[in-house]
Amino acid sequence: MSPLERYLIVAALLFGIGLAGALTRRNAILVLAGIELMLTAVNLNLIAFGRYGGHAAPAAGQVFVLFVIAVAAAETAVGLALIIALFRHRRTVQLDEADELRG
Amino acid sequence: MNGLASQLWLVPALPLLAAGVLACLPRGARRLAAGLAIGALAVSLVLSLAALAATWAAPGPEGFRAVVNFPWLVWGEHTLRLGWVLDPLAAAMLAMVSLVGLLIFIYSVGYMAGDENFTRFFCFLSLFAGAMLAVVMANSLVLLFIAWELVGLASYLLIGFWYQKPAAAAAAKKAFLTTRVGDLGLFAGMLWLYAATGTVVFYDGGRGCLESAAVSTLAGRTVTAGLTWSAVISLLVLLGAAGKSGQFPLHVWLPDAMEGPTPVSALIHAATMVAAGVFLVARMFPLFAAAPPGATGTPPALQAVAWLGAGTAVFAALIAVAQTDIKRILAYSTVSQLGYMFLGLGVGGVAVGMFHLLTHACFKALLFLGAGSVIHGCHGEQDIRRLGGLWRAQPITFATYAVGMMALAGVPLLFSGFWSKEEILHAALGWPVSRGPFWLGLTGALLTAFYMTRQMVLVFLGPYRGGAAAGAHAAARPHESPPVMTVPLVLLAVGAVVLGFFGTPAWPALQAYLDPAHAAHLAPDLRRLFSAEVLKLMALSTAVVLSGLALGWWLYGRRPVTDPAAPDALELVQPGLFRLLREKFRVDEFYAATVVRWHAGWAALGDLLDRWCWGGLVWLVQGLALGLAWVSRLVDELAVNGGFDAACARLVRAGRRVAGLSTGRLPSYLRGVAAGALALGLLLLWGGCR
Repeated sequence: MSPLERYLIVAALLFGIGLAGALTRRNAILVLAGIELMLTAVNLNLIAFGRYGGHAAPAAGQVFVLFVIAVAAAETAVGLALIIALFRHRRTVQLDEADELRG
Repeated sequence: MNGLASQLWLVPALPLLAAGVLACLPRGARRLAAGLAIGALAVSLVLSLAALAATWAAPGPEGFRAVVNFPWLVWGEHTLRLGWVLDPLAAAMLAMVSLVGLLIFIYSVGYMAGDENFTRFFCFLSLFAGAMLAVVMANSLVLLFIAWELVGLASYLLIGFWYQKPAAAAAAKKAFLTTRVGDLGLFAGMLWLYAATGTVVFYDGGRGCLESAAVSTLAGRTVTAGLTWSAVISLLVLLGAAGKSGQFPLHVWLPDAMEGPTPVSALIHAATMVAAGVFLVARMFPLFAAAPPGATGTPPALQAVAWLGAGTAVFAALIAVAQTDIKRILAYSTVSQLGYMFLGLGVGGVAVGMFHLLTHACFKALLFLGAGSVIHGCHGEQDIRRLGGLWRAQPITFATYAVGMMALAGVPLLFSGFWSKEEILHAALGWPVSRGPFWLGLTGALLTAFYMTRQMVLVFLGPYRGGAAAGAHAAARPHESPPVMTVPLVLLAVGAVVLGFFGTPAWPALQAYLDPAHAAHLAPDLRRLFSAEVLKLMALSTAVVLSGLALGWWLYGRRPVTDPAAPDALELVQPGLFRLLREKFRVDEFYAATVVRWHAGWAALGDLLDRWCWGGLVWLVQGLALGLAWVSRLVDELAVNGGFDAACARLVRAGRRVAGLSTGRLPSYLRGVAAGALALGLLLLWGGCR
């Protein structure tokens, strides 16, 4: 088993845990946390491929990751702001109770 | 001179403008309203006096006449022209109307002081004054007719000024409708005149309808049995004049018109507007006097004028004898005096009739304003049986009223009414057709002296009988009116005396001024006064007037009436006759039984037709329309709506099903996204393996 495969397996596990958390949790913060886990898994993949993938420019993976982290931070900030707005509005952060946009 | 004539339109325009401004003023602007109205009329008066002076100074052989005409309506080859004329007739009337009008305006400031619609009153008064001034200076029958109707409108508005009083509203309606009957005649005459001569302009440099060319054409064509076109047109015009001037049988509106405020009675229904009929006949006199070539004797139109006037003079004087309302007596007296004017026009021509018109305007305005002062001072009491003894409380009113009464009765030598009436009687005596009008005129003079004595004695002498009446303010003593009311009285009283001296047989200045035919007598000559003919007539009429006065005194003055409920002295002598007179010869009742009932019959027939005949037709059409609409509705509801509704319902169901997919729950969406991503991943894997 090459080091790349080990990284990929860990990343896949991490993604699976994040996906499971995002899909099963009803608390909006935990869903957000799940999404963060998934992003982390993706970052891990990027780093791993950058290190072991045999590319001409090994720094490309790290640069990508830095971008993703910055974008993820911004996305989390927006998500948290939405959650706060939701809480102010409805006094709850349970996602299954926020179903006003149903058809 | 021509400059003055061309600016003459200002005379009626100013009061009309004032009326327009007043109509926009708020109710509270009382001082401004009165000031504007009086100011506008005062300027008109100045212009009128200038016009009078100009025409007085320049009497030609034909008399002074300046004309301004302008096209008004142009259609096809026809042009309808309007215009105004400045001649002695117009100038004298302008001066009289604006002078008397101005005095009455000033008087109204005092009389209407307590009325909340003060501004509206002056607006109407100004409208009237402007329209009346336009009547007298019109040089076109159409313009005259327009102003004539405006005057009628103002009269209607002012009679009904206190429209809350049902009697006033009814009187206004009656006046409007009755004069309309006469105006129909005037209108027909105007159309006929236009059809016959192609013009309605009076004086137009030889082409006017009153100038010799047109008149001789009209007089030369015969309708039937000796009646020429000019005679028929004149008679139609006379009908209009009789309506406006309250001549029998169209006199019924004038006494009722006394429901209006007293200054209105004085201005419109005594001094100026009712004289418009007389003025119209005087204005169109060439047409009335037109005789077919070769014919001798008096034209039939003039005979009609004379007989109508003489008959009305006696008829109305008889009614006046038995009335009890101070203003109604004066109203019937006005009808009677207007009859005198027509008599004067018929037998003596323009100068004779117009002389009486001018003097009458002065003393009748005085009498009405005096009556207003009495009513004002006695808190609205108008019944002469409940007045009395006012000479002590209202000395100025009493003195001026006495002057007016003596002028009206024709007390010899000093008062204007004597001279003008004398002139009429003199002309009637010399009338070649009949002596009838002369004797009728004398009878009228006797009656006039009698009823005026009766009124005078009952109102001003004896004890005051108002205190006996029930009512809260009945106990209040009568009082003299404020100076703003008494000063016009004094001025008018002076006029009622002085005006007569311009028309005595010794110095007939007014006659010479108004009628160029009299111009030869312009120089004063006392000998004419003492000619046997004149002296004999003067003695006769003096005797008649004095016997009228004496009779009145004997019946009413000898024993002062103390009880308002006591029967009239004349009633004791002749109860049946008195009742007939008190009920005004039952003309109103006669009209109610004939004309009004006839109208009501037609109206009922119309109602029946409307309800059943035309109504049935309407019902039928309505039913058809309803049936059609019902069928249409059925088709609409079942076919069109049904199909559309079904399609809509299906669309809604489909939409609802699709909407069910959108649950609004975030987790379910996430699941969808995950499933989609999984499927995409599998697809890629599968694709990569191949």
